[in-house]
Amino acid sequence: MTTTAENDLVGRGNREGASLFREWFSELDQGAKEGQAAAYVFVMGSFNEILKSFDLPVVFPEINSLQTAVRRVAHEYLEEAEDHGYSPDICGYVKADIGTQLRGGEHPMGQIPKPSIAVLTNACNTYLKWAEAWERMYEMPVVTLDIPGNRSANNASAPGSVDFQNDVRYVEAQIRELIAVCEKVTGKKFDIDKLREVMGNVNSLSSSWQKLLDLNKHRPSVFNALTDGTIYLGVANGLRGDARAASYFSDLVEEMEYKVANDIGTMNEEDWRLCFVGVPCYPIFRRFNEMFSEWKGTFVHSTYLWFASGGSNLGYQYDLANPIASLAEGNLISVRDAMDSMFHHDQVVEKMMDGFGIDGIVYHPIKSCRTVSTGLADGRRALAERTGIPSLFIESDMMDQRVVSEAQMKNRADAFFEGLIARRNQQLISQ
Amino acid sequence: MNKDFMDLIRNQPLEEVLFQCRELYENVQFPTVKSWRERGGKVLGHFQVYFPAEIVHAAGILPLNLHGANVQPDQADSRFGSYLCSTIKTTLELALAGNIELDAFITHPICDAARNLGAIFGRNFEHPCEILYLPQNPNSAASVDYLRGEYDRLKRLVENIAGVEITNEALANSIQVFNKNRALLRELYDIKRETPEKIAAEDAFALVALAGRLPREDHNELMEYVLPLIRAVDAHREDRIRVVYEGAFCEQPPFDMVRMLGRAAYVVDDDFLIGLRYILSDIPIGEDPLRDLAHAYIEDSSYSPVQHDLRKRKENMLIERIRRARGEAAIVTAAKMCEPGLEEQVAYIHGLEKAGIPFFVSEFEENQTSFSGLELQLETFMENLLFV
Repeated sequence: MTTTAENDLVGRGNREGASLFREWFSELDQGAKEGQAAAYVFVMGSFNEILKSFDLPVVFPEINSLQTAVRRVAHEYLEEAEDHGYSPDICGYVKADIGTQLRGGEHPMGQIPKPSIAVLTNACNTYLKWAEAWERMYEMPVVTLDIPGNRSANNASAPGSVDFQNDVRYVEAQIRELIAVCEKVTGKKFDIDKLREVMGNVNSLSSSWQKLLDLNKHRPSVFNALTDGTIYLGVANGLRGDARAASYFSDLVEEMEYKVANDIGTMNEEDWRLCFVGVPCYPIFRRFNEMFSEWKGTFVHSTYLWFASGGSNLGYQYDLANPIASLAEGNLISVRDAMDSMFHHDQVVEKMMDGFGIDGIVYHPIKSCRTVSTGLADGRRALAERTGIPSLFIESDMMDQRVVSEAQMKNRADAFFEGLIARRNQQLISQ
Repeated sequence: MNKDFMDLIRNQPLEEVLFQCRELYENVQFPTVKSWRERGGKVLGHFQVYFPAEIVHAAGILPLNLHGANVQPDQADSRFGSYLCSTIKTTLELALAGNIELDAFITHPICDAARNLGAIFGRNFEHPCEILYLPQNPNSAASVDYLRGEYDRLKRLVENIAGVEITNEALANSIQVFNKNRALLRELYDIKRETPEKIAAEDAFALVALAGRLPREDHNELMEYVLPLIRAVDAHREDRIRVVYEGAFCEQPPFDMVRMLGRAAYVVDDDFLIGLRYILSDIPIGEDPLRDLAHAYIEDSSYSPVQHDLRKRKENMLIERIRRARGEAAIVTAAKMCEPGLEEQVAYIHGLEKAGIPFFVSEFEENQTSFSGLELQLETFMENLLFV
């Protein structure tokens, strides 16, 4: 029997997450209608900390684009961009956003404001080309925060080393240059105390994010890393630095701790604990998950929750006494970790396998994203050689329905589970 | 010294030299690299686009420019998904199949596919496989300092591989060798611009490409020998359109496609293997050669879709290249599945339209073998320009 407290608590994160997400879009819609411009940013290193300290509303075009796919209207935007000259073979996020811009910001979630500034990192190279397109459309400032990633696997330069210091000095200088541009764009003077306040909120969010991911080690798992996790990601990115997000994630951790304490799983029966590697299949978002949940499989972890959170999985805590230097160090460490989650995913997944009790891995390379997808087949090969972990490799797209073959994907998923069952039975017989 | 190849070309007539250059470029067994190794030399393979090869040269290692080849990626294919360009697959194939043997591999964050190559090579080979993080924010006042530090890191890696210290004197000497090479390549392009009838497009292409395969001293000797012979060619200018070719900053079009382009028009400028010609003038050598190299990359370099620099809006750079070469039209291509190339095409098209410069748009793949359709389209485009 469930109590009133349990009814209120369990599922609260999804309810409130969806509500906060709508609230954020509603604020953007209102701002756009009032002629207010916004900062365009990306999920891997948004530098919301600086932008929010200038009260700049933030737009995440990646999130706008995926929303068109979830709402099944992406093809309209993709075709508009293709008519403008963009190839069918490039990132669908870029094209859906170009379509949105060509429509004057018209979007299923509301009106999207025009950009007064774009801030991007190099975590994804397509960010650079994307921002160049806005620069041509709007002639507004584009500020790149170039964050050098790790140069090879398991070889991160340590804080204090010559190479780390070279990288962090570069990042810090760029942050100071960003501040100067923000002052010019907003006409406001930089307020370091306000930055501290925003960074304090990010500290709280990062700490909760790290705890949240860890809580899913519990059996049964307390959230689905693919479906629930995407809701959490939306709030973590869109409202990063906002007190509402800090509070939301504290509450979310409370909810998940309650579920752990009371063995309340995300599924009634959990037979297979899976790890998802790649970017979700947004055109059939719910159906994709059902291909696995029908077999009582659930996603207990996902590299997406690492890289698309900009490396918040590390739970990096800013030193508020030294905010700018700490912002540089924190972003260097976190964003390069996000890059490692994409390029060295085999190392990342191997580390999480034992703690999360993973039975199998689902790789989802997509046409749209070479950053995430290029090395998946080779990483899968290497990981299988080292660990023997079963895996499924299905290609489709995060945006473009034209390359999503649902029936074929289901066949592959069914065969994957049949293989897992046979393997488990074989193990039981041999015991 | 690469005696084998250099012996084939010394004192030979121009046609023979150019024939040998084309043969060497198309030889996917990389014989000059193999003979370098047989003499005990080490090889560092670097992917496209720009690489500060002087640092490797200063340690006595051969810097080998890798941009795939016309081979089937039989082993590499299973290590990649679909929807990717050919050149990253064939670059790995060359190493997996043993066509080349490396002591280190370096890639760059030029695009989302290429930056994955470091990790992919690293999972397949024991030797160092790294990313050289060339700055993607050259507009930052801190970028030269940062790049100097990154070059220092590369220098330490190379010293470990070579087992020798790279002195400032050695670096200064290497910069001089490369300055000479860059000057010779500039001279070749002067000839292309001024007297395109004297050198076929594919021959100029092969001459440039060999800079990335031969020891640079040998390439200097080759160029010093061949340039006066090209200047002395007695050729009549034909009624052909002067075009600028854009879109080969990374993956290279097949040799036969370059030949076909040369038949259809005078290719008076291009971005074939632009990384080998990225630094625009001689690098002045001061007390800190690493800083000199870094400064040249930030302040005195060409452009490509994969260097993000607010000072170099690409369509403006292309239009400038066309005007400097007195081009009458542009051929704008992209390698299939090349995200930055395909994205830049949109900017090029809109920029050229605005500037009133005729253009022809296409895609290519390095392993492509049939060009009849493309040639027909291109000839139609040229005829329209000539007769309409």
